[in-house]
Amino acid sequence: MGIKLLLEKADVEGIRSYDVYRREGGYRSVEKAFKTMSPDAVTEEVKKSGLRGRGGAGFPAGMKWSFLAKPEGIPRHLVCNADESEPGTFKDRYLMEFIPHLLIEGLIVSSFALGSNATYIYIRGEYAWIVDILEQAIGEAKANGWLGKNILGTGFDCEIYVQRGAGAYICGEETALIESLEGKRGNPRIKPPFPAIKGVWDRPTVVNNVETLAAVVPIINMGGEEYAKIGVGKSTGTKLISACGNINKPGVYEIDMTISVEEFIYSDEYCGGIAKGKRLKACIPGGSSVPILPANLLLKTAKGETRYMNYESLSDGGFATGSMMGSGGFIVLDEDQCVVKNTFTLARFYRHESCGQCSPCREGTGWMEKILKSIETGKGKMSDIDLLWDIQRKIEGNTICPLGDAAAWPVAAAIRHFRDEFEWHVNNPQECLTRNYGLAHYADPIHVPVS
Amino acid sequence: MIKFSEEKLTKVQEIIARYPQGKQKSALIPVLHLAQEENGWLSAETMDYVASLLQLEPIEVYEVATFYSMYNLKPVGKFLFEVCQTGPCMINGSDDIVDYIKQRLGIGVGETTADGLFTLKTVECLGACGYAPMMQLGKHYREHLTKEKVDQIIEDCRKNAGQLN
Repeated sequence: MGIKLLLEKADVEGIRSYDVYRREGGYRSVEKAFKTMSPDAVTEEVKKSGLRGRGGAGFPAGMKWSFLAKPEGIPRHLVCNADESEPGTFKDRYLMEFIPHLLIEGLIVSSFALGSNATYIYIRGEYAWIVDILEQAIGEAKANGWLGKNILGTGFDCEIYVQRGAGAYICGEETALIESLEGKRGNPRIKPPFPAIKGVWDRPTVVNNVETLAAVVPIINMGGEEYAKIGVGKSTGTKLISACGNINKPGVYEIDMTISVEEFIYSDEYCGGIAKGKRLKACIPGGSSVPILPANLLLKTAKGETRYMNYESLSDGGFATGSMMGSGGFIVLDEDQCVVKNTFTLARFYRHESCGQCSPCREGTGWMEKILKSIETGKGKMSDIDLLWDIQRKIEGNTICPLGDAAAWPVAAAIRHFRDEFEWHVNNPQECLTRNYGLAHYADPIHVPVS
Repeated sequence: MIKFSEEKLTKVQEIIARYPQGKQKSALIPVLHLAQEENGWLSAETMDYVASLLQLEPIEVYEVATFYSMYNLKPVGKFLFEVCQTGPCMINGSDDIVDYIKQRLGIGVGETTADGLFTLKTVECLGACGYAPMMQLGKHYREHLTKEKVDQIIEDCRKNAGQLN
């Protein structure tokens, strides 16, 4: 069993309620921080921990906190990004649904560190029932003196509010989230100014992912240095991975980032192998935006070394032969899956979610969807493959926010690694309607599941 | 003409109080959710009412209501089936589920049954990829969908609507 810092208690019966959570050691980090530490000392521990943003970008959280402007007389805010919408990702939902007080505890300590008297959880609108769970937890925390005025006699006041979105992937981008929190369309802002200087209502703002803020609890309890000893290199601590697709045990797993991809897929402790005894074809290891990898590049790097479930190893080889840790949305495709069709559904997703502000993304995502659909349905031309490549290249890097990149990368990676499958669709317009291309050279080299 | 109950108006005031003075526009998205609860969709009249509640120009409400996918800008059935069709759900057979619902209800995507009970919509990733295929029905998710489960859901909805087959 690997180390668990976030979900260790998630299975304890009744952990959703305050009394059980507290009995299991909950809210100790608030006591420790408020009674024995200064706000800056809390930030210092988060820096020492090496915690990287768990939403997808992987930016060091302590560094982000240290950028927060603190002009005299202007309130500042912490905003928790619970707009989990990246296809393949459902880890924050799990954490909020099953151990909501962990997030509230992390938010209180983080609000103390940043000086946020009004902290907002921006949650995707579809997670409607989780709003009730969070509001219940906030109410219980307040009734027990962890929120409200003069918390633990420190003179620090804090309230936490839950704000529901209304269906827009783009609001997971922090400046779009801020726009939405202000009651506007989720159009990302041009940076700079960064939210740390000018965020919600033009006030200095830190936006962090749910899992990032929950991780502040173990960091304060054990100390940043101890936390940093877990994991490897710049991948410190534990990471929640939401695994889905053609595996025996889809679900949310907490890993320390030293296990191999092979172990994660085949071990019974995690995914339990490929479903129905099929063979592994490909995997999108970090949410739909990150490059898809064929089996042979997933389990081993291009240099033939074992690939591990951490930031550095998953990105080994760059986009040519590697991928990214991203949000931890781990999507597994078996031998029966069609990469063209999968890429088409993702292109449709990004077309649907483009806010429409920048032309390369607004127009490009629509074109990519149309071309992929025609290839998938046997109506494509060989030149369409190069056209697709050209479009994605012209989107990437040419938009205000990273949605453009997120839409371009899956298309680029699919063509890079599975070009023969695209060509097969073009050359076999009838056959591709009745069967899939299959495995070809990306055959799963693992025949005996590891134990 | 739509008008919120006293209870709902109190809720609006509670929401406005979460934000700094003068920033009541931040309440727009939550208040539009409250408004949609009334009839299941947002008419121009409803949006104008929300604008007046929050002292906004109607256009500020329209531009938000048209941006977010959860707001229905035309009437929907009493039960709205929102079936996810993005990658991970597609891998697990969401196309078959959509086809089956179409066949069972005799409607296409985006359509409402003649009795006004059901509307079928396809949606993009709802964050339930490990429990695919799935759909949202009201406030909750229905996951690990099979044809049998779809039958059961339809039957339960009909019972709830007091219209057994």
